[in-house]
Amino acid sequence: MAAAGAWEPVIGLEIHVQLKTRTKMFCRCASGYGVGGGENTQTCPVCLGFPGALPVPNRQAIDWTIKLGLALDCEIASRAVFSRKNYFYPDLSKGYQISQYDLPFCRNGTMIVPTEHGDHRVGIVRAHLEEDAAKTVHVGGARGRIGGAEISLVDFNRGGTPLVEIVTAPDIGSSDEAKRFLQLLRQTIVELGISDAEMEKGTLRVDANVSIRPKGSTELRTRCELKNMNSFSYVARGIDAEVARQIGVWESGKELRQETFDFDGASGTLTPRRSKEEADDYRYFPEPDLVPIEPSAELIARLRAELPELPATRIRRVEQALDLEQSMVLVSGGLDRLWEATVAAGAGGKAAANVIANNLVGARVDPSAVSPGELAALISARDRIPRQAFDQAIGKLAEPGFSAAPYLADEAVSDEALLEPIVDAILAANAAQVEAYRGGKTGLLGFFVGQVMKETGGKANARAVNDLVTKKLAG
Amino acid sequence: MEAVIDTLRLTAEDAQGLVEHKELSPAELHAAYRHAIAQRDPELHCYLRTIEEPVGEGIPIALKDVISTQGVETTAGSKILAGYVPVFDATVAERCKGAGLTLLGKTNTDEFAMGSSTENSAFGPSRNPWDPTRVPGGSGGGSAAAVSAGLAPWALGSDTGGSIKQPSALCGNVGLRPTYGTVSRYGVVAFASSLDQIGPVAKNVRDCALLYSIIAGRDPRDATTVELPEQVTLPTDERLDGLRIGVPKQVDGLTAIEPGVRAAFDQAIARARELGAEVGECDLPLSFEYGMACYYLVAPAEASSNLARYDGVRYGTRVDGSTYREMVERTRDAGFGPEPKRRIMLGTYALSAGYYDAFYGQAQRVRTLLIREHRDALDKFDIIATPTAPTVAFPIGDKAADPLAMYACDVLTIPSCLAGLPGLNVPCGLSEGLPVGLQLIGAQFGENTLFRAGHALEQAIGFDTVPTRYR
Repeated sequence: MAAAGAWEPVIGLEIHVQLKTRTKMFCRCASGYGVGGGENTQTCPVCLGFPGALPVPNRQAIDWTIKLGLALDCEIASRAVFSRKNYFYPDLSKGYQISQYDLPFCRNGTMIVPTEHGDHRVGIVRAHLEEDAAKTVHVGGARGRIGGAEISLVDFNRGGTPLVEIVTAPDIGSSDEAKRFLQLLRQTIVELGISDAEMEKGTLRVDANVSIRPKGSTELRTRCELKNMNSFSYVARGIDAEVARQIGVWESGKELRQETFDFDGASGTLTPRRSKEEADDYRYFPEPDLVPIEPSAELIARLRAELPELPATRIRRVEQALDLEQSMVLVSGGLDRLWEATVAAGAGGKAAANVIANNLVGARVDPSAVSPGELAALISARDRIPRQAFDQAIGKLAEPGFSAAPYLADEAVSDEALLEPIVDAILAANAAQVEAYRGGKTGLLGFFVGQVMKETGGKANARAVNDLVTKKLAG
Repeated sequence: MEAVIDTLRLTAEDAQGLVEHKELSPAELHAAYRHAIAQRDPELHCYLRTIEEPVGEGIPIALKDVISTQGVETTAGSKILAGYVPVFDATVAERCKGAGLTLLGKTNTDEFAMGSSTENSAFGPSRNPWDPTRVPGGSGGGSAAAVSAGLAPWALGSDTGGSIKQPSALCGNVGLRPTYGTVSRYGVVAFASSLDQIGPVAKNVRDCALLYSIIAGRDPRDATTVELPEQVTLPTDERLDGLRIGVPKQVDGLTAIEPGVRAAFDQAIARARELGAEVGECDLPLSFEYGMACYYLVAPAEASSNLARYDGVRYGTRVDGSTYREMVERTRDAGFGPEPKRRIMLGTYALSAGYYDAFYGQAQRVRTLLIREHRDALDKFDIIATPTAPTVAFPIGDKAADPLAMYACDVLTIPSCLAGLPGLNVPCGLSEGLPVGLQLIGAQFGENTLFRAGHALEQAIGFDTVPTRYR
């Protein structure tokens, strides 16, 4: 088998983010998935590419792109230019996509990914603004692709939606790092309020360029591109599968061919896309229907002032009270602000992290609607009040005017004198299980505890029951 | 009724006066032009289609068929757009409607405005009203011939490298190519976006200025438009005192200029001196040497991209195939004529990887130099004057088989188009019984200066715009 230890992956990512502007990039049609009734209803002469129709850029999309660039520590172009990317495809109404080429809005940025070994810096080569293509559905033929399809249907509702493309340097060294990077990038985007950035909905799309090299070397070998991965886990698994494949190719003495693969997350397989006969030549040239855009210093200063504190900084701060993994979870889940406020309101750091990352998320509570004071009160009483009451309270945290007080009054029963008869009765009724426990099946402890909790209607203090049952079984 | 309205002589301004004073109804006026069209257009073929009933309360207008008209077929002279009926008006069409102008019809054009004779129209050439065996110029030959033949009081054309100015010269009327960015291109079938401009064609300079004032001004739907820095003023001056006119010394070396054209041009310059203008020599060496080459890289490059949308998927001609690719290829093969195909190939090549820097990139750098060269000349002069076209109208078929000879028709109009500057054609005499045009080029937003000079010269020259055979 491949000696994975001798190789290191070199990964660069290309991320497309659909901006949630009200209207499309170059026309006034409503933008976004799921807007208004049915296919081809959010269209106009501009996004359908009718003769003579002209693009007018969406100011909001430009501002947001610059804002994202600032969050990624990019240089903002003093003069940005839209260019035409020319190619024929039915999802492209004009026969070209308005994109950016040599003068994008943002370039030379960095995103910091905190790791156990210090800050890992991932270079941002560029972030540019473009319009999305329409959606095609290919009927008949193989795998829903245009080749061999009997009919191709086009829905132009998506055509012309604003899209930011972010290209990283090949600075990512593992699938895990790629996943972390994406989690932080996504959280940054969501917090800027410029996109929902949901992979399942296609508002965030990730392609990965993967190559490998002997560990410690600085060479760059032939890379392959992975497309069509629709979750962060699939990105990580796709990269792992591709790295393993490339190790196999190089170690068998063969030469790696540059190819593009679709990764099917469900089956874990890489399928090569039909290779084109010739390399693409997009014949980029400056879009003559638009004028260059020169963002003013005032605009950039205003957008910079609006930036929230960035995730990497917050991870490092939260990490001082917790560990890196926990602070990653809190920050990339957008939970760290609630955590900080809850701790400030008196809750213990680790307990608050557990409750927020597990109980709140499990109960799908909106963290932004939670009162940190009430949550802190609940967390402090967690061991004292019945489990049932605690869970109920968590579920209602986000309700307007929620108060923890009624739940806090609900004392759990931990008086041994009250619990002992119930425990004795349960053990007596389950003699076989008691035998089994004493014979070594200690995993049955939870069963006994559960029975007691049920008998008390969830009002017993779980820890007290646990201790009592353990004592009785031992005795 | 028709007999009292002489559409050959009636100016738009006079027609407007008649309608305003209720001496004529818009319907009567419209009917008079329809009558003239019925009489003369079977021979001239200025119109691709006409409108029977006027919609609006003003005077009529003809629009070149590259201008989108809601509910009225718009083909740009191409088979690939045959049957295409726009669902929206071009901004200029909308502004004409807003001013009460009623659409008479859509005029013939070289396919996608690519040509200098209208012979490249997929629907057959138009003919010159002065001599129907000759071309009316192009690409806006339909609009120019219609105005000269009294088939419209005025019209709109589009100019990329001379498509308004050159046909106006060959048909003996007034045509303005405005400063780039002053008239909206929204809804105008694109040829080369950085060069295309819409402009008026009229019988005289005042009508031309009036129509320009209707269509000009910023349009939020065209990001390249700007607000006019000053209002359009209808010219009244008959003197040119203090006006500085520069004649490029390169005009002398241009052997393509026919002697008769040169003589009429020289007379016009002499007239300008008599009217008080200071005439001097200016220098545009790069424009004359590299203008054509630059244009034939920039314009086809943009055209190759602008014409990519005609794929048969959404509108216009579609020839089915067994795959998407085959359908697109068949559609474009059947739909485009030879000239668009030639320019798509030229442009695709000029933009290709490995050639971009040598061709398109270099052409853009040259264009920057031409802009600078014109700016320098216009620092010293208010107006640059040249003949508009090197020749008078040529016989149909003469240059149809020789693209380079056809391209050379625009040698004098192209450089200022690349520089984005306004140019006005004013008829300045006859050569061999055919009109000769004087081209006046102004500084950016210098339209009012052009109107003033054009009007004074027009009055002094006294050119009769009615073709001799109709008098």
